[in-house]
Parts: sequence; C-alpha cells; structure tokens
Amino acid sequence: MGGLTAEVEAAVAEAFRQEWGRVVATLIRVTGDWDLAEECAQEAFALALERWPRDGLPRRPGAWLTTAARNRAVDRLRRRSTEAAKLREVATMAADDDTFGSGDDSGVPDDRLRLIFTCCHPALPLEARVALTLRTLTGMTTAEIARAFLVTEATMAKRLVRAKSKISNARIPYRVPPAHLLPERTGSVLAVLYLLFNEGYSASAGADLARWDLCAEAIRLARLLTRLMPAEPEAYGLLALMLLHHARRATRVDAAGDLVTLERQDRTRWDRGEIDEGVAVLETALRHDRPGPYRLQAAVAACHATAADAADTDWAQIAELYGQLVQVVPSPVVKLNQAVAVAMADGPAAGLELVEDLHAAGELNGYHLLPATRADLLRRLNRRAEAAAAYREALDLARTEAEQRYLAGRLAEITTGGES
Amino acid sequence: MRYVMFVCDNESVGVSEDDADPASWVREMDGCGVRLQGARLRPGSDATTVRVRDGEVLLSDGPFAETKEQIGGFDLIECDNLDEAIEVASRHPSARFGWVEVRPLWED
Repeated sequence: MGGLTAEVEAAVAEAFRQEWGRVVATLIRVTGDWDLAEECAQEAFALALERWPRDGLPRRPGAWLTTAARNRAVDRLRRRSTEAAKLREVATMAADDDTFGSGDDSGVPDDRLRLIFTCCHPALPLEARVALTLRTLTGMTTAEIARAFLVTEATMAKRLVRAKSKISNARIPYRVPPAHLLPERTGSVLAVLYLLFNEGYSASAGADLARWDLCAEAIRLARLLTRLMPAEPEAYGLLALMLLHHARRATRVDAAGDLVTLERQDRTRWDRGEIDEGVAVLETALRHDRPGPYRLQAAVAACHATAADAADTDWAQIAELYGQLVQVVPSPVVKLNQAVAVAMADGPAAGLELVEDLHAAGELNGYHLLPATRADLLRRLNRRAEAAAAYREALDLARTEAEQRYLAGRLAEITTGGES
Repeated sequence: MRYVMFVCDNESVGVSEDDADPASWVREMDGCGVRLQGARLRPGSDATTVRVRDGEVLLSDGPFAETKEQIGGFDLIECDNLDEAIEVASRHPSARFGWVEVRPLWED
C-alpha cells in the first residue's frame, strides 16, 4: 500500500515537472487570467494526488490535469457573475482538446511558446521576465525563486504581481510574435534563459544548491525551446552552450570554494555525456547559415570541452571564433575574451596590444577582469612590476571572495618570485 | 484599448524642423483611425503649476518637474495591444530624437 502511494506520488511529481507549464499556459490562453490559471493548475495537481491512488494513473496525465484545471476555472468563474463571456469560452473548450497532453509534437501550436514569449516581453523589467518564466513555466514556487535570487519572498512576490498586472493592464499580447517582430523577441527569450543559467552558474561551491537548480531549469527550458522552435538555430546554440559549460561545473571551484582556471581543471571530472550532447546539438545548429552569438560561444566552449588537455586546446580556432563573435556582438567584454584567445594563439604581446586598446577606450573601467587579464599577460611577458600593479588594481575591483583569493594568490606568486 | 503617448523632445539635440515634424505621422494615424486625438504643448516656460495646501492656492511658474526634458505633446491612440501601441509610438519622429512614453488608460 505504501509502495503504491509512493509510486503515485512519484508519478504526480513527474507530471508536475512535465506538465505544469503546459497546464498553466493553456489555462492562461482560455481564461486570460494568470493568477486564476496558476491557482487552478495547483488545485489540479492536488486533486491528482487524491484521485490517482484510487482511480489509477490516467493514460494521458497532461490532458487529465488540464481538464481538471479547466473545471476548477469554470467553477470559480461561475461564482463571479460578471465574467460570463470568459466562462462561456472556458466551458466550451473541448474536454479532450488535443493541443495538450498527447505528448507528441503534432504541429499544433504549443501554448507554452506563447507563454515564453509573453513572460520575456521586453516591456517587462528583466528581473521580472526571469522570475515570471520560472514561476509559470517550471512551477518553481515564489519562495524557491526568491531563494535562488537572494531576495526575500515578499520582494519576489511583489515583482511577480507587478509583472502580471502590467501584462493585463497594458495588454501585453499572449502570443507568439508575428514574423516581423520574431527575430528581436526571440533574442529577448534567449537572453532571459542565458541570464537564468548564468545566475546559477556564477554561484560558487555547493552551498548554494538553490542557485545550482537554476542551471538545470535553464537547460530544461532551452531544450523545450529547441522543440518548440525547431527552425531557430540560436536556440540550439544556446542549449549547446549551456550543456558545455554545465559539463565542467564540478571542476570550476575547488574544495575551498576558490576558482580554478580552465587550464588547471581536472578534465577527467568533466561530464562526458553532457559534452557529447552539447557537441551534437551544436553540430545541428551549425548546419544553418551564418552563426549567431550563442552558436559561436558554444563553438568556443566545444573547443575547450573536447581538448584532451589544456596544451591541446585549439587556440587559433578559438581566436578565429572570437573574431567572428566581435563582428556580431561588438561588446568590450567579447573583445577582452578575444584578446585572451589571441594571446594564447599568437603570444602574450599580440594579446596585450588588444587589451591596451580596450584600456585606452575606457569602456571597461571598473571591470576587474580587464586589469586581471592585463596583469596575466604582463606576467607572461616578465614585466613583473607592471603586472603586480595591475593585479592590485584588479584586486580592488573584484567582487566575490573567490576571485579576490585567486588574484591575491597570483599577486603573491609574482611578488615573492624575485621581484626587485 | 486606449493608450496615451507622452511625446518628449530632447531639446539638447539639434534637430531640423523637417525631421521632427510629426505631420505625416499624424496624417497616417488619423487616417487609419488609430489616433483619436492629440495636441502639441507650448513650452514649459509658459506653464503654471497649481497646488492647494491648507485651503490656499499656490502657484508656481513653470512645469512641476524642473528637468531638461519636457512633455512636448500627447496623443490618444486606440490599439489592440501593447505591441501595436509600441509600433505606433516607434514611428513617431520624436522617438528618434527624444522618447515616447506609452501608458494605458485606466478603463474597465
């Protein structure tokens, strides 16, 4: 009996992971009410816990849950007499509607795609886009999202309420954008998912498990996006990029929580399965025309992930990829990465030249990685005094303790290494 | 859904009269029924700000916010959704030199 209950609970938990976003997305479409959709979805899952042990698992859990949620919506709307029109719409929604729950991609537009585009609408503040995407698509609770973003639950709740109010009051359309808006809006969706991934990835060490979950959720959403937008190569590029970074997560910081540079990471602990998948996804993406920023970054990550050891890294290829990336994304941070790659491919002097250009342009003032990179290149050119000064400058600007420890270590190495 | 567009010109940017002239935008939006009404405002130097405190009417010369950028005009538009309103606003010439704030009306 206990075994059966555990089995049903596991099935409901699995259905929650698989179907939450779909149920919410469909309910928002038919009711136009985000809060109602979430509440009814929640009640449907609670009902499943009650019914499934008694009646057995439904053949199509997604359809069962959506129908249950819809019935709840009808009940609630019936109690609010003013919403007769909405009620009619929900009530006539076919009980065995085939747009959900069937588990196949039959070419029927998936409501989750509307939901993603609406959550990531550029008229919403960026932090709200991220939070709303997590809440409505993955089913993470407000408390969990708050924990992951290091804010109080009240703050996060307010953020979500404001975003939902704006969607309704300013009438942000619940749809996949028309063709002329699609490239720009797709960029906004990809940026939100990448930000989500980076939030998790930048969390150091294992103490911050709530933040590590963000990486897994970001990968799950990117995977979903590739299924919902199979013709969008940048979605594959983003998924590949995430997988290739995630594969190295175990070696990114050491036991003390200190950052470990790529060359010093223990490659035997990289996740081969994720690397293989990342490379395969990237190959799919590269079959398309001119590569965009995510594919190029994923290609760089693939160069690192597939090198047998640090010395085996194809820096010439990486420098070439950064050259292309600078054309697509002419940001100073990308240029800094290009400089590092050029230094590895053509020697520290060539890299330093690019870094000095950035330094002169002043665009990266206050960004610790600029003096840190300068310091590194100066050290390799044996210009120790200048290197030490640059390490000190970087140390003043570094924000996380792990970074500060790393820089202090480098500075100690160079100042005790025989500087006059 | 009705939105008000507050049109702000950035006076520090020198723009030729022709480039900033919204006449063709107004003609087009009036023509397709998107623009319900609108007007250009005289400069902030002609404004008077009114407050009542403790029953007393207090007047001050100029706009309520002393900023360089002032609302230079407004348009009331009717659109299906925010995306449409954004598109209408983005085609207003002042969006290129100043900016346009799009705000929905409070309506049920």
